[in-house]
Amino acid sequence: MRALTLAVRLLAREWRSGELGVLLLALVVAVAALTGVGFLVDRIERSVAMRANEVLAADLRLQSQSLPAADYEREARVRGLATARVTTVLSVVYQGERSQLANVRAVTPDYPLRGRVSVGREAFGAATGTAGAPAPGEAWPDSKLLAALGLHVGDELSLGAARLKVTRVLLNRPDEGGAFGDLAPSMLIAAADLPATRLLQPGSRAAYAVLFAGQPQSVAAFRTWLEARKQTGERLRDVSEASPQIQTAIDRAGRFLGLASLVAVLLCAVAVAMAARRYVQRHLDSVALMKTIGATSGFTLAVSLAQLFVIAIAAVLLGSLAGFAAQEWLLRALRGLLDADLPPAGFAPLLLGMVTALALLAGFALPPLMQLARVPAIRVLRRDVGAPAPILWLAFGPAVAAIVLLVFWVLRDPKLAGGFAVGLALFVGLLALAGYVMVRIAGSLRGGVGVSWRYGIANLARRRAASIVQIVAFGLGIMVLLLLAVVRNDLLADWRRSLPSDLPNFFFINIPKEERTAFMQYLQERGARSSRALPMIRARLTEVNGRSVKDLRFTDPRGEGFAQRDQNITWQDELGSDNSLVAGRWWTPADHGRALVSISTEYRDSLGLKLGDRMVFDVAGETLEAEVASIRKIKWDSFQPNFFLVFAPGLLDDVAGTWMTSAYFAGGDGRIVTELVRRFPSVSVFDLGELLNQVRSVIDQAVFAVQSVFAFTLFAGLVVLLAAVQSTRDERRYESAMLRTLGASRKVVTLGIVAEFVVLGALAGLLAASGASLAGWALAEQVLNVTYVADARVWLIGTLGGGALVAISGWLATRGVLRQPPATTLRAP
Amino acid sequence: MNTDIVLEAIALDKEVNSPDGPLAIVREVNFRVHAGESVAIVGASGAGKSTLLALLAGLDVPTRGKVLLAGRDLTQLDEDGRARLRAERVGFVFQSFHLVQALTALENVMLPLELAGRADARSAARVALEHVGLGARTGHYPRQLSGGEQQRVAIARAFVTRPAVLFADEPTGNLDTATGGRIADLLFELNATAHTTLVLVTHDRTLAARCARMWVMDAGRLAPGA
Repeated sequence: MRALTLAVRLLAREWRSGELGVLLLALVVAVAALTGVGFLVDRIERSVAMRANEVLAADLRLQSQSLPAADYEREARVRGLATARVTTVLSVVYQGERSQLANVRAVTPDYPLRGRVSVGREAFGAATGTAGAPAPGEAWPDSKLLAALGLHVGDELSLGAARLKVTRVLLNRPDEGGAFGDLAPSMLIAAADLPATRLLQPGSRAAYAVLFAGQPQSVAAFRTWLEARKQTGERLRDVSEASPQIQTAIDRAGRFLGLASLVAVLLCAVAVAMAARRYVQRHLDSVALMKTIGATSGFTLAVSLAQLFVIAIAAVLLGSLAGFAAQEWLLRALRGLLDADLPPAGFAPLLLGMVTALALLAGFALPPLMQLARVPAIRVLRRDVGAPAPILWLAFGPAVAAIVLLVFWVLRDPKLAGGFAVGLALFVGLLALAGYVMVRIAGSLRGGVGVSWRYGIANLARRRAASIVQIVAFGLGIMVLLLLAVVRNDLLADWRRSLPSDLPNFFFINIPKEERTAFMQYLQERGARSSRALPMIRARLTEVNGRSVKDLRFTDPRGEGFAQRDQNITWQDELGSDNSLVAGRWWTPADHGRALVSISTEYRDSLGLKLGDRMVFDVAGETLEAEVASIRKIKWDSFQPNFFLVFAPGLLDDVAGTWMTSAYFAGGDGRIVTELVRRFPSVSVFDLGELLNQVRSVIDQAVFAVQSVFAFTLFAGLVVLLAAVQSTRDERRYESAMLRTLGASRKVVTLGIVAEFVVLGALAGLLAASGASLAGWALAEQVLNVTYVADARVWLIGTLGGGALVAISGWLATRGVLRQPPATTLRAP
Repeated sequence: MNTDIVLEAIALDKEVNSPDGPLAIVREVNFRVHAGESVAIVGASGAGKSTLLALLAGLDVPTRGKVLLAGRDLTQLDEDGRARLRAERVGFVFQSFHLVQALTALENVMLPLELAGRADARSAARVALEHVGLGARTGHYPRQLSGGEQQRVAIARAFVTRPAVLFADEPTGNLDTATGGRIADLLFELNATAHTTLVLVTHDRTLAARCARMWVMDAGRLAPGA
């Protein structure tokens, strides 16, 4: 208690003397960077997730073939969630003499809970606006239905016992998705009209979907509740299943944002370590004095701890405020670029920031403080006596523990976090070693340079230990910033590559074998850019390695789906550019006609398959046994036709089946497609335009997230590095005063200091660039699954930028001292 | 009268490791100081004076031998035990003043009182500063004070706890002759009025001559001086 009172009193006195400014500044900046990035990441992540959930038209969706209990919606509303219901009935729609089978979707007025329905006035035409659900008495048929029935807006149609008026053309529902589940055209009507149609009779086939949306925590809690109660046959869907393309984009953006948070954490660690080091240097004398006049080690430690704690609390409060203000300002400044308002900031990043700041202080500031408490009293008589050599585990243990803990917390992936921690440790070790070698080499160069440079470089060599610490600190700081830049470039380039503007926007399936040539020719004549055409055959899996699929147990619901439902299979000569082999080998001419199958990684994972496994299929009543010859990773965001199962050519050529292809029509040319539907009535058309727009919009959001978080982290990082440079100025100011006393002009001394910082920064930058390139490669290839592009500019920017950055901030830090008369500096020890 | 002895060194040796093997800095020192006495230890630079002072004050531990301070054997105490003993019985004045730069003159003087948990730290410190003639400069930081003034603050800090023994290491070494003279006057005056034992280490024979007894340190050995 006495220690605490004294600590607070001493702290207040030190504050008045201006002594604590640098430490507090470094901490505040670090916490501000951390929480600022945290707030930004949190808000953007939630916004991207919300955007992505539009493909479900909800945050959570329960699907069933039988009427779900009304309890679900009641409970959801009690929990503050919004709900909506979609009832789908397959029925014939009449317009005069014409009729067409269609999926009729009766929706409640709140549909859709996420996203909007896009509507127009013409089949396959441009959207004229967005809407919610149709009003009672209205029908919104889609383009295919409109084309098939020759309907126009304003016409009336018959559905069961009811007559409805076509008021709009349904161009896209947010939950239309990319799956080809329903081949029939579809039509939206109001749920209130369903009884009047008398379509729902006992025994009639209908599909039900209950939609839920709300605050993420409430949705997550409700999901847990629902999972425990849902009946067999009721299926919960989230975005990962609904749209793999969007999920990929979100995952990558999420990982990048996680990386940015980690970068902020590491920068924070650098700042704390540097500030604590300075704090210890500045307090060696006063601790020795306190011990001389009777303070025990425990007491001095308690005083230091109490001081640190008070500083930490102050830094966390001020830093969080500054971080919040900074990201709020950034988002306001960028408001025009955002197409949607971001959700308000939550409290989670604040807590994260506080915990992280305290963990970093404990990890990086505690060990030097414990060292400080061990300074012997005799230092009052002999200034050369410092703190005794640190106990190794005590010096590095807490720091390593804090970083590993935080890395695990942010990444939540033991393998990744382990790799990151080991890589980081190696890099720090390498930095220290390389720093040592470089300082020695720099020291030997000083004969060949002018007085200022000689003085600067000599200082580097003389303060070898301090120089190495600074190279490690600056190197780490610059490295993480460069790394973020490298990864950002790869990520953005990959996104640009994956979604070129001429991506197929129409899929055509059910192309009869005999019409295939005519169909492809038709596409070509109308200027559509079509991709590969692939055969499509229905098959059902019956056995795996001699065991009937009925006896197999699945942990993964997707696996169950693969095993129990009919699937589309294909055969193919060449491996598409959007496929890459992860195991086995692709077909050679010798494999023609052999019973070999290539499976996708999803298929492998869901069914636990490996190369050489034998699978038996029922293909149109015939038994087909095939061996797994290769495993492919499919890039789903290529929007090309792709199949989980691809057989060797020559095996299935004679099996009855249809063909599929995809094509790009500029501007989604509605008239051509309407004509095509009439000309090839058996071909099913899927308009992917809206799905593509959805994916593009999510990726745009993700790009924005990556860019703004990168810019913010970069800015925060520069400020943190500036603060770190500030903390090294004491070592320089006494000597510069001394030099000026000896007759050196201010210019010579300034140049000397700048020279020292330039060399320090450039060395750190050079090492950082090498580290960033290596880590960037590992991250891009292993974590984000994007292509790494080596870029020599990283070295140039690292070395020049590092030198300039450290030199400018060093000059800013010592400028004030140079303005004072040397006597003032010399008098103060 | 053994009870009268406040400080005693018995067969004190201090060796340090050097590249050429162990180097003896203090050899076979036997030395007694009575309560209220003033003793000077003189010698050239490097004779081992400061090391002896550090051993006597418990700032350092001897290689062999022992030190009794206020009846307690310092070699039997651990670092914290020695610190506690210093807090109760010992004061220091150093050549380079050793004021805490971040604290004002008043706060520097308050520090030992606060460490001892004294509630009247502020008023006692103010009185002590007035005693050394700095009553008007209490709010000044060390860098705003002259060398002589800084040393006066240090003296006030040393006497404010009314120590049994005051160790002074070259107290006038950093000051000009006139200022040094005034500081010495103050030191001896307070020593007399507070009945403190003064152990003064200096190479200044004139200053040493003002003490009741003088010892000479030469190559680590201590002998009674003229």
